Amino acid sequence: MQRIGVFVCHCGSNIAATVDVVRVVEAVAKEPGVVHAEDYQYMCSEAGQLKIRQAIEEKNLTGIVVCSCSPRMHENTFRQAAQRAGLNPYMVEIANIREHCSWIHKDMEEGTEKAVILARAAIAKVMLNAPLQAGTSRVVKRALVIGGGIAGIQTALDIADAGYEVDIVEKTPSIGGRMSQLDKTFPTLDCSACILTPKMVEAAAHEKITIYTYSEVEKVSGFVGDFTVDIRKKARSVDMSKCTGCGVCQEKCPSKKAPSEFNRGLNTRSAIYTPFAQAIPNVPVIDREHCTKFKTGKCGVCSKVCQAGAIDYEQKDEIVTQNYGAIVVATGFDTIKLDKFEEYSYASSPDVITSLELERIMNAAGPTKGHLERMSDHRAPKSMVFIQCVGSRCADKRGKSYCSKICCMYTAKHAMLIRDKYPDVEVTVFYIDVRTPGKNFDEFYRRAVEEYGVNYIKGQVGKVVEKGDKLLVQGVDLIDNRRILMETDMVVLATAIEPNPDVRKIATMLTASIDTNNFLTESHAKLRPVESPTAGIFLSGVCQGPKDIPETVAQAGAAAVKVVGLLAKDHLVTNPCVAKSDELLCNGCSSCEKVCPYGAISYIEKEVNDHGIRENRRVALVNSALCQGCGACTVACPSGAMDLQGFSNRQILAEVDAICR
Amino acid sequence: MQVEEKKEFRPKIVAFCCNWCSYAGADLAGSSRLSYPADVKIIRVPCSCRVNPMFILRAFQRGADGVILCGCHPGDCHYTTGNYYARRRMTLLFSMLDYLGVENGRTRVEWVSAAEGVKFSTTMNEFVAKIHSLGENVRLEDLRCKRD
Amino acid sequence: MHRTEQEQAVLIREISGVDTKKCMKCGKCSASCPAYEEMDIRPHQFVSYVQNGNVQALLESASIWKCLSCFACVERCPRDVKPARLIEAVRLMVIRQRGENALTANEIPELLNEELPQQLLASAFRKYSK
Repeated sequence: MQRIGVFVCHCGSNIAATVDVVRVVEAVAKEPGVVHAEDYQYMCSEAGQLKIRQAIEEKNLTGIVVCSCSPRMHENTFRQAAQRAGLNPYMVEIANIREHCSWIHKDMEEGTEKAVILARAAIAKVMLNAPLQAGTSRVVKRALVIGGGIAGIQTALDIADAGYEVDIVEKTPSIGGRMSQLDKTFPTLDCSACILTPKMVEAAAHEKITIYTYSEVEKVSGFVGDFTVDIRKKARSVDMSKCTGCGVCQEKCPSKKAPSEFNRGLNTRSAIYTPFAQAIPNVPVIDREHCTKFKTGKCGVCSKVCQAGAIDYEQKDEIVTQNYGAIVVATGFDTIKLDKFEEYSYASSPDVITSLELERIMNAAGPTKGHLERMSDHRAPKSMVFIQCVGSRCADKRGKSYCSKICCMYTAKHAMLIRDKYPDVEVTVFYIDVRTPGKNFDEFYRRAVEEYGVNYIKGQVGKVVEKGDKLLVQGVDLIDNRRILMETDMVVLATAIEPNPDVRKIATMLTASIDTNNFLTESHAKLRPVESPTAGIFLSGVCQGPKDIPETVAQAGAAAVKVVGLLAKDHLVTNPCVAKSDELLCNGCSSCEKVCPYGAISYIEKEVNDHGIRENRRVALVNSALCQGCGACTVACPSGAMDLQGFSNRQILAEVDAICR
Repeated sequence: MQVEEKKEFRPKIVAFCCNWCSYAGADLAGSSRLSYPADVKIIRVPCSCRVNPMFILRAFQRGADGVILCGCHPGDCHYTTGNYYARRRMTLLFSMLDYLGVENGRTRVEWVSAAEGVKFSTTMNEFVAKIHSLGENVRLEDLRCKRD
Repeated sequence: MHRTEQEQAVLIREISGVDTKKCMKCGKCSASCPAYEEMDIRPHQFVSYVQNGNVQALLESASIWKCLSCFACVERCPRDVKPARLIEAVRLMVIRQRGENALTANEIPELLNEELPQQLLASAFRKYSK
């Protein structure tokens, strides 16, 4: 006979304000099987856990129910407390009377009644719990980082410095990411390349880091500690071991009409190219869509001029299969498409640009060699208008509901840099709010206004139209309550950012959850910000939410520590809540095998003893190391042989009964 | 003749929530203080595919007025394909229940991610309102299970 | 029946179906408005006036007659507030209080003129009839 103890937590006033805790204790104490019931201010505290341990020891409890917050929060805490008192940790059940009860109900009567029912369901379940033993699984001492921007590079460096092998997979021909496209960085205005390039070199030179550029993750299987990943190394058409990076091929390549991705399409590049001068690896790639040799078969100039004989038109995609203990997603962002914002004339006028395009224009290695000029006629502008929140903070379908976070600061940076270098250029910024939380951020923005004379107007722009060789901006100044109609030479749009479009595909492969904006979801918004709810998957950089560089680097380091913490373990304790087949009931139909997503079920011929009748039967066998405990097989099984430990048919039915009682 | 006292209808609603998305979505609804009626009681299952049609039949047998199953969005299942199984199984079960006279509105499958606290709460509010409009479920209830 | 300004504000929200709390005060409506210069109370102010219950000023404003009902503000509003609907609701209240139609459907055929954009007629009908 089970001897159950029930512990009801007040959680300060979080539960006690809408649930009469004492009445819950009185009600559950009457339940059959319950031999102990008490309440306490904070069950999760040391003193609360001590109460649980003492009750287990003194009353010889065989199972406990804690009525508290979500099991996602403290199930583990209470399991450990039980274990310390000598009770099997799987003899613990949680009744979630905070998130699912006290926090959503206002009426004390209603809240208390529901709390009692939830407690009864948990008691009914724990009565049927069986002690379970957790197994162990191996940890592959190697991490994979998807994405080679600043987030990925920093995560990889931190993991490698801790002594573990790391592979970076980057889709483009070079690591560096968005940061390599930036000219200067706020709030210190140091040059982006000057601080990024050394990190890129360090990552490339690090003996523990392997970089796969021009590569993509193709397939992921396995689980925390032991993922198996297929990486597709796309054909570069250049032999990386032979290429010396001399650059002659790029100079001589006759087809130079491909839009440069690195310069956001503001100029063109050759068909064989490295995205930028400091690219790592400094080995070009042939863009087969634009290469004459691949299109018509007639060219081969690069092959002729290459002294090292590195050009290889026959190269094929290659699949590398590797095992990893942990995977970090650092896929970064892109700016949104502006096709739904026709009022800004972005598509029709080359002088309406995005801020990222302005970064390239301001950069000495950019399409204009760093001279600020209009893309239409290469004239230096005399006046510029910046428009903030283009596509950010939109409740409608045109844009994104969130604040892109970085735009206020980079707009202040652009305005300041332009006023500094070209003092005769009038700079006007239309803003809704200026949001500058961050160390030295507001001071930075105020300098743009007070020292550099940038004209900030609280209001928005209704439309931008081309007028002769100028742009006519129609806006409003909300403070002066005045219509603004001004002619300007250039308009810069602070375009909203969105997660890299590939992230959805990657999240699906990793079974990592993703929100409606395509940002990856963290395990806990405050307490576990760099972990995905999927064990072994970690998040770094903008793939989790909008971030600037300092925040990205901080988060990258945090993700690395979590990875190192995982890789440092010799083995992992596996979830014992896995499927188990009753061989006496199994009819050998293979239904379960077909639905198992992990291939954890196999069939064996086995001699069984069915009530004295010995015979050879074909029965299902679950590999508990592979089984992840989803329970798909339990429903597929026609004979009721397959059950899930910890969530057995009888347990769930008992909960249903208790709720409907 | 005895005059029956008209009692306020308090539906019994069972919500099966998968551990990875919907249960977390319900937690988020809680921490965001998004209220929904107390008639909804949540049972945690590892995945929507763990829900055996038998559980739902049992709930109705024991007097539940509505049963809702929540899982991860298609393509986002923690176990890759579990919610697809759940979707197929429930489609079949619900059509059978409809045949037995249990209105379609009493059963529902909804995809709620861990980030969708708002969706969880609005879904539950809608579902409870629907059950209120349908009234008490008497179709499958086992009279032997009746308490009063 | 006499209503307080607060009650009138509630009524305007009801008639228009606009939730003025959704406004984030960006000014995009006024920035997009072609009749801005003609108006004494500007579209973004309309939202704020209703939110704060300053209805009398709106009932007396010239803006309700100057609004072209072009719905540029509705199209462009990033928060989906629909200022033109508010303006329309205030106008309706004024017309209903006066209790007369200034334009009936029968008069429209006479007014048809190929030079005029159709939208003008449609908005005039919206504007001058109950």
